Amino acid sequence: MSSYVNCGIAEANNLADYKGVFILGEQRDGKIQAVTFELLTWGRAIANELGCELGCVILGDEIENLQEIISRGADKVFFIQDPIFKNFLPQPYSNAITKLVNEEKPEIIIAGATTTGRTVMPLVAAKTNTGLTADCTELTIDHDTKLLLQTRPAIGGNIMATIKTPATRPQMATVRPRSAKQAPLEPTRIGEIIVKKYTGSTLMTVEKFLEYIVDTTQAVSIEEADVIVAGGKGMKNAAGFKLVEELAAVMGAAVGATRDAVELGWSTYPHQIGLSGKTVSPKLMIAMGIAGKIQFLAGMQTAEVIVAINKDPEAQIFKVADFGIIGDVFEVVPMLIETVKKMKTIA
Amino acid sequence: MKIIALVKQVPGTDSVKLDPITGVMVRTGKDTIINPLDENALAEAIRIKNTYPDVTITAVSMGPMSAMKAIKEAISMGADDGILISGREFAGSDTIATAKVIAAGIRKNGSFDMIICGERATDGETGQTAAMIAHYLDIPAQTYVSQLEMINDGVIVKRTVESGFERIQVNFPVLVSVNKDISDTGFPTLSGKLKAKDIEVPMWGNAELGFDKSELGLTGSPTRVVKIFSPKLSRDTIMKKANGTMQPIDELMAFLVQKDVL
Repeated sequence: MSSYVNCGIAEANNLADYKGVFILGEQRDGKIQAVTFELLTWGRAIANELGCELGCVILGDEIENLQEIISRGADKVFFIQDPIFKNFLPQPYSNAITKLVNEEKPEIIIAGATTTGRTVMPLVAAKTNTGLTADCTELTIDHDTKLLLQTRPAIGGNIMATIKTPATRPQMATVRPRSAKQAPLEPTRIGEIIVKKYTGSTLMTVEKFLEYIVDTTQAVSIEEADVIVAGGKGMKNAAGFKLVEELAAVMGAAVGATRDAVELGWSTYPHQIGLSGKTVSPKLMIAMGIAGKIQFLAGMQTAEVIVAINKDPEAQIFKVADFGIIGDVFEVVPMLIETVKKMKTIA
Repeated sequence: MKIIALVKQVPGTDSVKLDPITGVMVRTGKDTIINPLDENALAEAIRIKNTYPDVTITAVSMGPMSAMKAIKEAISMGADDGILISGREFAGSDTIATAKVIAAGIRKNGSFDMIICGERATDGETGQTAAMIAHYLDIPAQTYVSQLEMINDGVIVKRTVESGFERIQVNFPVLVSVNKDISDTGFPTLSGKLKAKDIEVPMWGNAELGFDKSELGLTGSPTRVVKIFSPKLSRDTIMKKANGTMQPIDELMAFLVQKDVL
């Protein structure tokens, strides 16, 4: 650990100057996004542990109901306001956040591992010459050192690594969306909304936002779904994969697929779960005809309840399942579909 | 137009198995591949080269000497040349330290219009390095790009974001990190293979890049791994066998009702 002393970057920061926890809120069309409220859950727990203030940084032009961020746990909201911030642009966003960080000196910044968080946080980390840990599933405070312990899955989810940023500030991390519940509303909570207006080079950019297009092809996005029905090679062919879609339809679930199933053309890439696809964390995952390669498991093993149906009793998917049925998917799944249909008509 | 394609060498994932007792990944083979999303990025660069006149592609990789294989593979698929950034002093670098070094290599190589790479690699999976490289080169970064449209002196990118797409216009030089939808991966060609066989690919270490040692490797990395442990991979599994009756299904439904996940 003596190497910290020699660390060239350590001297640039005076660690004791940095206090408080920041989360990075997100908005789309002026509406605060749900990930903001999840981050408040993470941030509040850490700020309480450290006995410090929780600030929420949010950028936008006009944002509805900033008070809600305070009602859900923030002590301060730093609203960086300018028309350029209406939509996410990496250059002005990272410049403005860096400016605020240099002014306010938070010791910790947490953002969602969203396309925005995962883009702007590396830029801010590089600009402030500090460490950043991606995709954390657990954040705690080390009892003795008060450092942020950032735990993330590594090597395809097969190892958990705990990482810290000992010698530079802020300590920065992104956390997976939906890995915490939204912080509850406490209408009596009070806090301060601070509007920040920056000018000049902070707002300058060569990036020009043209448009945002809602993807209507994804009725239920797998990352946000509570229930996912996923199929793999064991569905045999495109016609067989229809069973996956049928069960998903009767359950009101999203359709997931293994890389194999996507490469065989039975499903499309937005449905792909795993290392080369999406990471999902639904309440219920039903895996059908899926062997359970680690690349797939890495993308879904944090699901609350996992059900597996496979004819191979040795299939690895059963190791992560809470409930397994050994059997032919073409026999079991139609029965399951009928049962769910009946249940729905009774309910 | 000059394109830099970043290619990271990663373990071939199909040779990876789980140790049933410890749950730790065991690499059963020594095979390595180009990070799959970097291959998609390279394929897009080659598509651009085949569509527009005067496009050159330089494949850049940072890694052990064996990463030369990834560069040769990129050349066999259509890159014009390559640079390997390699050296003992770079080992143990986190994303910040890695990005500084790759950016220095790109700068040393000279001017460019676009850097293209996958939005993350299958081994580290941080997805952080690309944007950090853009910072150290003082150029804009566009991430999660699924489509590129060339315009005069710049590009319009389509970013795949939560529940939709964004279109952003940006001037050269720019870094774009891409997802799988950008392009189907390509194949080595015969002429490409011949070229890859003969070409001399320069290897740059710190002697060429000239960093102070305190900026490199573990010493230059703000983050420290303090603990590694196995996740609880196995769950207590209730196992049932299909037997042609409704019984296992009914038991499953009862279980799901009890867990309150329906």
